[in-house]
Amino acid sequence: MHQLIQYIQSYLSSDQTPGAAGNIFWAIVYILLVFAGLSVAVIAMNWLERKILAHMQVRLGPMRVGPHGLLQPIADALKLLLKEDIIPAEADVLVFWVAPFIVTLAAFTVFVVVPFGPTHAITDMNIGVLFMLGVSSLSVLGIVTAGWASNSHYPLIGALRSSAQMVSYEVAMGLAVVSAILMTSLNAEGTGTLSMIGIVEAQQAQGEWFIFKFFPLGLIAFFIFAVAMVAETNRAPFDLPEAESELTAGFHTEYSGFRWSLFFLAEYSAMIAVSSIAITLWLGGWLRPFPNWLSGATWDKLFSFFPGLSFLFLAGMCFFNAARMPKHSFFRIQTIGLAAFGALLGLIGLALFIPAVRVRIQDIYWFSVKVAAFMYLYIWYRGTFPRYRFDQLMKVGWKILLPVGLGVLILTATVGLWPVIRQTIWHP
Amino acid sequence: MLIGGILVITRRNAVHSALALIAALLAQAGLYLMLYAPFVAGVQIILYAGGIMVLFLFVIMLVSIERTQRERQFNRQWLVGIVAAAALGGLFITVYTKGKGIFPDRALPPVEAQNTQNVGTLLYGQYMFAFEIASLLLLVAIIGAVVMAKKRI
Repeated sequence: MHQLIQYIQSYLSSDQTPGAAGNIFWAIVYILLVFAGLSVAVIAMNWLERKILAHMQVRLGPMRVGPHGLLQPIADALKLLLKEDIIPAEADVLVFWVAPFIVTLAAFTVFVVVPFGPTHAITDMNIGVLFMLGVSSLSVLGIVTAGWASNSHYPLIGALRSSAQMVSYEVAMGLAVVSAILMTSLNAEGTGTLSMIGIVEAQQAQGEWFIFKFFPLGLIAFFIFAVAMVAETNRAPFDLPEAESELTAGFHTEYSGFRWSLFFLAEYSAMIAVSSIAITLWLGGWLRPFPNWLSGATWDKLFSFFPGLSFLFLAGMCFFNAARMPKHSFFRIQTIGLAAFGALLGLIGLALFIPAVRVRIQDIYWFSVKVAAFMYLYIWYRGTFPRYRFDQLMKVGWKILLPVGLGVLILTATVGLWPVIRQTIWHP
Repeated sequence: MLIGGILVITRRNAVHSALALIAALLAQAGLYLMLYAPFVAGVQIILYAGGIMVLFLFVIMLVSIERTQRERQFNRQWLVGIVAAAALGGLFITVYTKGKGIFPDRALPPVEAQNTQNVGTLLYGQYMFAFEIASLLLLVAIIGAVVMAKKRI
């Protein structure tokens, strides 16, 4: 027993990721934490997407279940779990079963290497980015098999579209990623790294996020990735595999209940996964904004108050809206509920001001804020852009993004090697 | 990996075969990981499981399944098959029993942390010429595919 406690405590002073320290207990704790956090994030995204999209279209969105529809995702989840699970008569039952699990597994496995902070990752692999791209590309298989196994026309067309789309955009995505990885090799040894933590540390060491590096090369590479990543996750305006107006629901038309909810879960966690790749490669991962301009111990301390302050702000919003609730006995429970939710948020916010918590939490906070910004962008795209036609989609992928990506890659290499090139030309 | 491989050739349904092949390829990536070659494992997942097999599935889905179900699955050349299998098996057994001299005595020290960097330096340093030839070959293949697919360029 004593040894067990010692084993558990030994990690706390090791200053490594649990995977690197080889501590199984903390690895499992981290896995559970990431899994729970992701599930909560997906539930929150479900509500936020409907709410934000509704406000963009001057509607109210879900308002009935809970104050401002806050309990809507929970009601939805319950409904999905209780729904009848239908397997079409002519479907290939085995493949039909396996497909949603492939998609979900691929979407969740990726988070093994996502660095939420210098020590807040489940593990750090030498091939981090490669692993993420590889495993997330496996989710295409799930989508394709799902569409095929349903033995129905709409899902099959959706699956074919999705496989063609994902394979073509993976190329542009890979080129953009490579040009960011090239930037990590600008150090004394001249060797780069594929490890997610190593990439962020390279940005820290160079004192610059890669999006601003070699302006505008980093920005263009980031833009290519940002477009390709929307296409990879099958979201609007590239949501042809599930285009509602043409294919009812695309590859998951025949799925219902729990299996459908697995696809939903996988789609949103894949969105979070690709955004976290983008954040790690170009936006400095867990680093706080303005590390150079506003540097020093005072600013560090000030920025570490942000997590608590933002929770307090949310709590304040809850109280404000609770006060604005209609004064009618029908709304009494909702008002009390909203106020209680606000109080909970406020308590979390106050807990985040404790110095020990504050120091440990701020990396995760900045990472989550950046992910949240990307999630908002996803919703924004969906509310703004009309859907592409399939030939236009292919044209954008192969004729614009790919050549531009290649050009950026070559230019990045040239600019990065410029000191060497200049020396060999002028001082042979 | 063996189970996956056996399933690939015994399933009647081509899509099931393809899925079994994916499982076999993923298992192979696992083998690479155990040999301290994470880079090769990652590339294996991206290229084979993620890229090539998707195209395989893409093509298989367009083929009618009813026809493949009717066709005979195995051809009747047992003799050739047995000879080939015996030759390969014999080779394996010889290498396993007498092959001590071929391989180095100890396993090499694991260099996992620098694996990717080492692969890069070797590819672009010592084996630069072979690497460039291989990429030229691929380029020729791409151009050939485009020429064959398009009647009018």
